[in-house]
Amino acid sequence: MSQKTFGNAINDALSTAMDMDDTVFIAGEGVGVSIHLDSNMPTYGLLDKFGRRRVKDTPVSEAAIAGLAVGASCMGLRPVVEIMFFPFITLASDMLVNHAGKLRYMSGGKSSFPLTVRVKAGVGFGAGSQHSHNLEAWIAHSPGLKIVWPATVEDAKGLLLSAIFDPDPVIVVEDMMLYRMKGELPDRDFRTPLGKARVAVPGTDCTVIAYGMALYTAMKALEPLIEKGISCEVIDLRSLVPLDKTCILESVRKTGRLVVVHEANRFCGFGAELAAMVAEEAFHDLKGPVKRVGAPQIPVPVASSLEKVFIPGPEDVVRAVLETMNK
Amino acid sequence: MKEKQITPDFQVSLFTRMVLIRKFEEKIVALCRESYQLPGMQILANGQEAVATGVVSALEPEDIIVSNHRSHGHLLARGADLNSLMAEIMAKADGVNCGKAGTLHLSMPEINALMTSTVVGAGPPLAVGAAFAQQYQALNGVTVVFFGDGAAAEGSVHEAMNLSGIWKLPILFVCENNGWAGAQRPEEHSAVRQIHKRAQGYDMPGQSVDGNDVEAVYHLSLELLEYCRSGKGPAFMETLTYRMRGHGEQDHQHYVNPEELEAWALKCPIIRYRRALLNAGILDKAQIQSIEQDAEARVAAAVAFGDAGPYPESDTALTDVFVQAFNA
Ligand SMILES: Cc1ncc(C[n+]2csc(CCOP(=O)(O)OP(=O)(O)O)c2C)c(N)n1
Ligand SMILES: [Mg+2]
Repeated sequence: MSQKTFGNAINDALSTAMDMDDTVFIAGEGVGVSIHLDSNMPTYGLLDKFGRRRVKDTPVSEAAIAGLAVGASCMGLRPVVEIMFFPFITLASDMLVNHAGKLRYMSGGKSSFPLTVRVKAGVGFGAGSQHSHNLEAWIAHSPGLKIVWPATVEDAKGLLLSAIFDPDPVIVVEDMMLYRMKGELPDRDFRTPLGKARVAVPGTDCTVIAYGMALYTAMKALEPLIEKGISCEVIDLRSLVPLDKTCILESVRKTGRLVVVHEANRFCGFGAELAAMVAEEAFHDLKGPVKRVGAPQIPVPVASSLEKVFIPGPEDVVRAVLETMNK
Repeated sequence: MKEKQITPDFQVSLFTRMVLIRKFEEKIVALCRESYQLPGMQILANGQEAVATGVVSALEPEDIIVSNHRSHGHLLARGADLNSLMAEIMAKADGVNCGKAGTLHLSMPEINALMTSTVVGAGPPLAVGAAFAQQYQALNGVTVVFFGDGAAAEGSVHEAMNLSGIWKLPILFVCENNGWAGAQRPEEHSAVRQIHKRAQGYDMPGQSVDGNDVEAVYHLSLELLEYCRSGKGPAFMETLTYRMRGHGEQDHQHYVNPEELEAWALKCPIIRYRRALLNAGILDKAQIQSIEQDAEARVAAAVAFGDAGPYPESDTALTDVFVQAFNA
C-alpha cells in the first residue's frame, strides 16, 4: 500500500496492464507528449517507460481513435484509448455505438472487442458546455457497451484493470476534478469487479445512490441530515453497465426510500433508469417517492455564478431526502 | 470592393489592428498571471495576428466568419467591441454572450462573426451550412472558416471540403498552420506536410502563404475570396505561422525547442511590419508609439468596463435554451 493520487492510480493501472500483457497499448491525443507536465495526469511518464510502439500519440481524430480500438481489439489486442473530454465522445460514437457495441452480436458471437475507452469528464472549471457534458446515459442506452465510473483512488485502479482485461468494450469515465485526490492504493495487480456497487456508508432511512464526483456531493449532505435525525445509506454505484441490481434493491428494501444523484442533466439521465428499475422491482417496499438530483436541462455555462446553478450541490441532496421522507 | 492596391492609410490600419490584437491578448496574459479570475482556458493567438488581420481585412461586410478556440484575433480584426468582448472573457453579464460563452465560445452574429466552436474540426461543416444559405439566397457573401493544422485531421474537415467542392459553395477554408496541435507536431498529425495540397483532392484551389506577412495574407485572401465570390466554389488557404505561447495559458511549453521559439520570435508579424512601415517612411517612431499607446488605452478601458460589470444573475442560467421557453 502507498499514498497515491487518483491520477497516479490510473497511471498505475495502465502501467501494470502494459507490464503484464504486450497486447495492451494506449492511444489518444497527447497520451505520450502532453501539454501538461504533471505527474497526476494519468498517462504521465508512460511514453518514457514503454516507448512509441505501445504509447501512440494520435492526430485530433476521435473517429479514427475509436475505430483503431474496435479494429485492433477484434484482432486480439487490448487497446486503451483516451477521449480528451466527454463531449468529444460524440465524434467517436459511430465507432463505439454502431460498431463496438453491435459487431459481436451481429457476428453471432464469433467476434469480440476487448477494448477500453478512458473518457475525461467533469464540470466546475469554467470550460463551458463543449468541454463539460456528461453523456453516460447515451452510452448506457447503447447495447453492447459497458460503462464504469470510479470515485475512489482504489477503484480508479481496480476498475480500469478490470476494464482492460474484460472481454467486452468498456468505457471508463474519469472525473478530472478527482485527479489530485489522495488515497491508499495497493501496489499489486488487483481488480474491482465490473457490475459491483459498494455501500460507502451504511444507513437505515433512505438510500442515496451516486457515482464519480457526485458521490462526494452526496457525502456532504450526510451531516445536515444526521442532525435532523435521518440516516442515509450511500451507495457508490461504480458500474452503470452492468448494473448491480442486487445491491440497490437490498438497500432500498431495507430503507424504503431512494434518492439518485448525478452531475449530468436530470432529464432522461441515468437516474431515470435507476428510478424506473426500483419502481418496477421494489414498488411495494417504497415508503416515499423516488427522487432524482441532477443538473437542470441546460448546457453548462461558463460564468461561475451560472455554473453553480448547473452543478447539483449537497443542499439539493438534503432537499430530495427530506422530500421523500415527507419532512 | 476592396482595393488591390494597398494605400499607406490601409497599411496603417493593418498595423493598428495587429497591435490591438497583441495588446488585447497580452492583457489577458497579465490578468492570468495576476491570478485574476478568468474562467476556463485562455487560448491566445500571439504570433498569429497577421493571419486574422490579413484575412479579415479582405472581407466585405456581408461575408461570414466561422471561428475556433483561438478566436480573439478573428473577432477583433472584424471590429468587435472591445468592452463587451473583454467582459465576456471575464464571464460578466455585460459580455457579448451574457457570460455563457467565456473566452472559448464567442459568437457575434451582429458583425457576421456567426459562430465559434471549440470542438476541433467542427467549424468547416458549420461553414458548409452558412455558405449554403448564402448560395441558396443568392447572397453575394463568402464564408470564411478558420481552423488549425491539428483540426485538419478531423474527418469533419474532409467531409466539409468534399461537399463544398461538389456544391461549389462559397467557402474560404483558412488553415492556420501554427506548428502545433496541443503538444503534437504537424508530422505527427498530417501525412502530407503541406496541408493545402489536400485541396486538390476536392477540386479546389489551394495555396500556402507566409502567415506572418500581413500583406501577403491580405493579397492571397483577396484573390481566393474573389474566386469564391464568382461562383466557382470553395478555396483553401494554408497560412504558415507559429504558436508563440503554450496551447493555453496553463501550458508552459516544456516540449518546445527554445531555439525554434527564438527563431520564430524574429519573424514576429508585428515587428516585421513595423520595420517595413518605418523603412518606407509611412510611419515614424512617434506615430508607432501613439498607435501602441492608443491600443493599450482601449484595452485598459475594456478591462475597466469588464471589472465594473456584474456577474450574471443566477436565474439567467436557465434562459436562452430555446427561443420559446417552456417548463421541462
Ligand atoms: C474534437 C476535439 N478534440 C480534442 C479537442 C482538444 N483540443 C483543443 S485544441 C486542440 C489542438 C488543436 O490544434 P489546431 O487545430 O492545430 O489548433 P491550434 O490550437 O494550434 O490553434 C485539441 C486537441 C477539442 N477541443 N475538440
Ligand atoms: Mg495548430
